[in-house]
Amino acid sequence: MENVYLTIVLAPLLGSIIAGFFGGRIGRAGAHWVTILGVGLSCLLSLYVVVGFVRGTLRVFDGPVYTWMVSGGIQFEIGFLVDKLTALMMAVVTFVSLMVHIYTIGYMADDEHNWPKESLAGKNGYQRFFSYISLFTFSMLMLVMSNNFLQLFFGWEAVGLVSYLLIGFWSVRESAIFANLKAFLVNRVGDFGFILGIAAVAMYFQSLDYREVFAAAPQLANVQIPIWGDTHWSLMTVICVLLFIGAMGKSAQVPLHVWLPDSMEGPTPISALIHAATMVTAGIFMVARMSPLYELSETALSFVMIIGATTAFFMGLIGLVQNDIKRVVAYSTLSQLGYMITALGASAYAAGIFHLMTHAFFKALLFLAAGSVIIAMHHDQDIRNMGGLRKYLPITWITFLLGSLALIGFPGFSGFFSKDAIIEAVHLSQVSGAGYASVLLTLGVFITALYSFRLYFLVFHGRERMDEHTRHHLHETPAVVWVPLALLAVPSVVIGWLTVEAVLFGDWFKDVIMVAPHHDVLAQMGAGYHGQVGFVLHGLMAPPFWLAMGGLALAWYIYMMKPVIAGYLMVRFGVLYRILDGKYGFDQLNMALFAGGSRGLGKLFWKTGDQKIIDGTLINGSAHGVGWIAERLRCIQTGYLYHYAIAMILGLVVLLTVFVTF
Amino acid sequence: MQFALPVLTLCIWLPIVGGLAVLTSGDKSPDVSRWAALGFSVLTFLISLLLWTGFDPASAEMQFVEIAPWIPSFNAWYHLGVDGISMPLIILTTFITILVIIAGWEVIHYKPSQYLAAFLIMEGVMVGVFSALDAVLFYVFWEAMLIPMFIIIGVWGGPNRVYATIKFFLYTFFGSVFMLVALIYMYFKSGSYSILDFQQLPLSLTEQVWIFLAFLAAFAVKVPMWPVHTWLPDAHVEAPTGGSVILAAIMLKIGGYGFLRFSLPITPDASATLDWLVIAMSLIAVVYIGFVALVQQDMKKLIAYSSIAHMGFVTLGFFIAFTIFNRSEAEGGVVLGMAGGMVQMVSHGFISAAMFLCVGVLYDRLHSREISTYGGVIHRMPVFGALMVFFAMANAGLPGTSGFVGEFMVILASFQADFWYAFLAATTLILGAAYTLWMVKRVVYGPVTSDKVAGLRDANGREILVLGTLAIAVLALGVWPDPLVNVMDASIQNLVQHIGVSKIAAGPAAVAALP
Repeated sequence: MENVYLTIVLAPLLGSIIAGFFGGRIGRAGAHWVTILGVGLSCLLSLYVVVGFVRGTLRVFDGPVYTWMVSGGIQFEIGFLVDKLTALMMAVVTFVSLMVHIYTIGYMADDEHNWPKESLAGKNGYQRFFSYISLFTFSMLMLVMSNNFLQLFFGWEAVGLVSYLLIGFWSVRESAIFANLKAFLVNRVGDFGFILGIAAVAMYFQSLDYREVFAAAPQLANVQIPIWGDTHWSLMTVICVLLFIGAMGKSAQVPLHVWLPDSMEGPTPISALIHAATMVTAGIFMVARMSPLYELSETALSFVMIIGATTAFFMGLIGLVQNDIKRVVAYSTLSQLGYMITALGASAYAAGIFHLMTHAFFKALLFLAAGSVIIAMHHDQDIRNMGGLRKYLPITWITFLLGSLALIGFPGFSGFFSKDAIIEAVHLSQVSGAGYASVLLTLGVFITALYSFRLYFLVFHGRERMDEHTRHHLHETPAVVWVPLALLAVPSVVIGWLTVEAVLFGDWFKDVIMVAPHHDVLAQMGAGYHGQVGFVLHGLMAPPFWLAMGGLALAWYIYMMKPVIAGYLMVRFGVLYRILDGKYGFDQLNMALFAGGSRGLGKLFWKTGDQKIIDGTLINGSAHGVGWIAERLRCIQTGYLYHYAIAMILGLVVLLTVFVTF
Repeated sequence: MQFALPVLTLCIWLPIVGGLAVLTSGDKSPDVSRWAALGFSVLTFLISLLLWTGFDPASAEMQFVEIAPWIPSFNAWYHLGVDGISMPLIILTTFITILVIIAGWEVIHYKPSQYLAAFLIMEGVMVGVFSALDAVLFYVFWEAMLIPMFIIIGVWGGPNRVYATIKFFLYTFFGSVFMLVALIYMYFKSGSYSILDFQQLPLSLTEQVWIFLAFLAAFAVKVPMWPVHTWLPDAHVEAPTGGSVILAAIMLKIGGYGFLRFSLPITPDASATLDWLVIAMSLIAVVYIGFVALVQQDMKKLIAYSSIAHMGFVTLGFFIAFTIFNRSEAEGGVVLGMAGGMVQMVSHGFISAAMFLCVGVLYDRLHSREISTYGGVIHRMPVFGALMVFFAMANAGLPGTSGFVGEFMVILASFQADFWYAFLAATTLILGAAYTLWMVKRVVYGPVTSDKVAGLRDANGREILVLGTLAIAVLALGVWPDPLVNVMDASIQNLVQHIGVSKIAAGPAAVAALP
């Protein structure tokens, strides 16, 4: 099997290398074919792996590929761990990636228009784009298939690199290259915590191998480590919180969420692939993978849960006031990531991963559909200029509607199963902070429905607000664009129904995710589970369903029936609106405090520390000191003969006097 | 193991003789000088590879040893040899020299043969520093190194080169005089100039402290460590590209090498007593210099400051040893930290060379190092832009590049010493990315800002060859550092055991005797 796994990882890398280095020679078609073949092969093999696990013909694989290095008694390996969690992630990643590859053919077809004429970087932009998204697929697979912390960190940063390259893909745009720098740096703040967490693991476990670390974890559960003087913290809490800080960066949790909305500057296919379906879920995957560690620290679980719930609710609120179609979906992504994180905090890892999977499909669908709208609208992304598009873009319309229904958790759709499971699991959780999280998540359902259908109604229904020229050119996007939409719509609708039993209440994650018995909320829920129909019927009687319907109805009422209400509310609640529109001021704070503060500190150290004190006083000061003494001494050496003659005579006189008198 | 060929002697004297030949051939036919210089440097590199292939990584002993009487009245010997610590640095030297000669190919018009000769002589002298096992020989090479570099900056440098050369010379000379005193003192104690004898020489703590401080003065200036770093930005700014490359890639490493060859093994107890000082200086280098780099307007200054910050990892990796000894009996973290420092040195050799060459490529075209001159370079120079972004990422320590390996090892090791050491060291993840990528944003990305930039032509074959070679090296070391780490391992373990034993009282670990 090792060869199969190697092929899965290396096929996209090979495609990326060919498209990247020989893009000019093989041309556009060559570049997209070679990358699609690479990712397609990965996808097929990944599905084969999943089927193998479903049928029980495959066993867990855990083995090294090569030794990266050996130093200080620690073996640093590159290797794969493929179990059911990995298999699920591999299938999701490669499938969404394949859809995005196909879609990109259509989306990037007229990419020349995005570049100035004389730009040489724009010449092979199309090929480069394919090279990047294949490189991303490789990196993401390395991340999810890793069997150790080193390779995890490699994949973690490599996806960050590709995200950086793709957000700034249109490098002539000032906003794009601002956004990609911001994304990279904010992620680095997370990685700062992450690498310290890895260092803690390396120190106390003397290994970076998952299997060895997880096996040794219970013995270290009660270890306290010194932090400052006599202050001691639990080792597990320190490790888990540090690792989670990495997840907060990658999965965009408050307060490290600020990069994700800006990342929408990148082309839409990568917003779907990287900033919705896969990369941003790496944090959720990581925590689920580390469940044997997180289960040992209730403090860390609380921390995770509170951060997640805060993100889920408050980022959803911002989604209500956005007017850029991609940004509404981006805030929705932040909010949904918050749901997944909260599930992890409640030890409902399976529910978090389950939502990760359903979300990957319907959110990729929503983004790609939004991209289809953007293509049709000639790259106008403002929803205030849209309206009534369902007539012109029927396939986009239907698929977007299906995606939205999945997102708000309409009974029977995939999002319903995963979101309901999370809310119920958090409700049952005993970890401190669960009460807070439970309230926010439940209210969040209403907000989700409200912003989703606000977007839906404003884009596809109501008055056609675009200008005459745009309206005239509106038509359904080409097949390479809508076929991926249709293919993604299928799992968005049915995947929840099909897999809920196995993933949440069955034994899919048995022996893969570890849950302490007293945390096991999913087992409690499983006791009352009697098939999908029962789950749906039960959901119909629970508050989340009615909140979702309420949000949908309110959106319909405000944006279809009485559009004036929106304007009235904006004025009536002006303060609230400004807070939301200003995104709670995170950006201003970061710019002033961290960006401005660092530059100020840099200037201070440079101008005062280096130039004034070290160079000015110490170095040049001592040089000047020598100079000053020399200056004085030089007065004696005038070069005039008579000065010397006088000096000689005076000297002679003094010496003679001395000789004579003594 | 005895090798028939005197490999080290050849690696030292072949480039020096070659340099003198190129020098005397004059500037009548520059192309002949260029090809001759290239020939000598490639030949030296190939010979130095014999050190790698013939090296026994299982042994911590000096290998390829050559010994002959030199100045009998001083008991000074022509004594050469390498272990796992110096061997990679010698190959780094011979490798980088080839690239420097190619990089200066058609750029240097003024007295090209003298320019090339200076670099060849420099190469031989630097190999001499890394392979000398006799303190007098070491000191001669050490000081001789200043002369070619002084000339390179002074003759082919920028407008303010006189200030920079004097500052560079006085700074480094100031440091090394103290070292000379320490060496002579130890000669009087031991009657020998052998560095290996010095390492076994018993010394009281007071003696050790003075010797340690003398070495610190020499090596800290060379590395350079905060607060004796201010010569470096000036020297880099004025030096021609080739000079900057050699300075950053190799000369700084000699400071780090000095700590491993002299300070730690000769004065282990003083190192243990004063490790806090070096650690503090290293961490200040990482954090303080990181902030300073952020606000630089001149690309070369920015990279120079970034070098100081990265070299902070080297000294940090070396000197956390004693804190780890104190906390646990395990030597794992100590070895990891030292190996990390060494990997960081080699990696920084590649990356800083590449970064300075990148600036050189731009400077050759527009004669400006100011960040504000550029903007949107990628639209005119896509191949160059891609390479520069790659090296910037390596400079920011991206996993998969060599820049990650050393930093990762040192952060892991420093966590074993103290959580807060690791905390401060890890800020480089943020700061390093911030100053490097902010520069990239302003230089490489964005719209084309001026007509001058619009007129740029992409890197030519020669430039791509040089940068591409370095890119492969950076990638190879990042993806598979095992060969390098493996070759150093025995020597580093040996060193770690050596410094764990006090020179004052035999028996318990050095630190046990200290307050």
